[in-house]
Amino acid sequence: MDTGILILIFLTIGLVACTLGAVGILRFPDVYTRLHAETKLGTFGSICICLGVIAYVLSEYLTDGGTRYLVLGLHTLMAMIALAFTNALGAHAISRAAYRAGIKPEGVVDRLPEVEQK
Amino acid sequence: MIDPWLPALVVLLTLILVVMFRLLWGPTVPDRVVALDAINTFTVCAILILGVAYHETVLVDVAIVYALLSFVGTLYLAKVVGREI
Amino acid sequence: MKSVAATALLAFLVYLLLTAGSGHVLFWSWAEIVAGLVIGLVVGGLSASWFCSSGNMRMAHPFRWLLLAIYSAGPLFVEIIRANVYVSISVITGNIRPGIVKFNPGINTDLGKLLLATSITLTPGTLTVEVDDATGVFYVHMLNVDEKAVSKEMCDTSDIFAFFNLPAWIWRIAE
Repeated sequence: MDTGILILIFLTIGLVACTLGAVGILRFPDVYTRLHAETKLGTFGSICICLGVIAYVLSEYLTDGGTRYLVLGLHTLMAMIALAFTNALGAHAISRAAYRAGIKPEGVVDRLPEVEQK
Repeated sequence: MIDPWLPALVVLLTLILVVMFRLLWGPTVPDRVVALDAINTFTVCAILILGVAYHETVLVDVAIVYALLSFVGTLYLAKVVGREI
Repeated sequence: MKSVAATALLAFLVYLLLTAGSGHVLFWSWAEIVAGLVIGLVVGGLSASWFCSSGNMRMAHPFRWLLLAIYSAGPLFVEIIRANVYVSISVITGNIRPGIVKFNPGINTDLGKLLLATSITLTPGTLTVEVDDATGVFYVHMLNVDEKAVSKEMCDTSDIFAFFNLPAWIWRIAE
């Protein structure tokens, strides 16, 4: 019963973070701020959902045994690591490409242009 | 206790529909790439949840491969948008 | 030759991790072990010149891997949670003043730059836009720029990270 509540907490946090990320993508004014919402909230939401899955798998393994639950948990862990790294790197690539495509950020200060013409 | 996996799946699919507005409207091309990246992340989560709900380890492997391939796709789109190819 | 062996070993370990639970030799069946060896050698031969491009074996030390695990479970995770609370508040209230600032962490190796760029992207209100390879200067997009950071030419570590000195951790891991 305790693990059930733990799973529910992880899933709820993850889904709330994903929802806020989607709202941020719709609401923020330009590409860079949208990337903030997408990267941080999306990655954190998916990590929390993966942790919920791992908690479920561990509880099943403890009550039931059987290596297939261990395999499921291990692969979920691999998926979590892959998601965390690829999301951050993809966001970096997109922001660099957006700057190279000539989209200027809205904002108070912009220190990048002095190196761009090389 | 109610099975939490299928409601979570419904929420994720709704989020994918919401983000798809940005994919369709996005004023610039990088906006659409950001929306596509978010949709990829949510899809990986949805596949993971499906794998747990149906007790299929194969679906989790599909999720790993989808995450890595979508990363390659995002990098390629970024190269195209940044005019480096 | 050493770089091919290191890459092949890493690929073999990842393959073993993905196929755990397939048989009864410890956790694996003989067929999976043989297939993993062959695939690991092929991957090592194809990608060693690219994967170990610096030819430096310092990452083979297990202490650095332990430090990397502690780093990602401790300081990085706390910063990620703070980042999410911070960005959530920004999404709900809509108060932002974005801008791009310069930041020189003093890290020279490629792996260090990769880890720091990823960490910056995952920590509060910051996103790496461009890294100058020659000088090691990071251009960071911030969601909320301070008054004093606007006037300064080059930002300090304390302007970007609040709790932990992440560049020092990464310097210990990667250099």
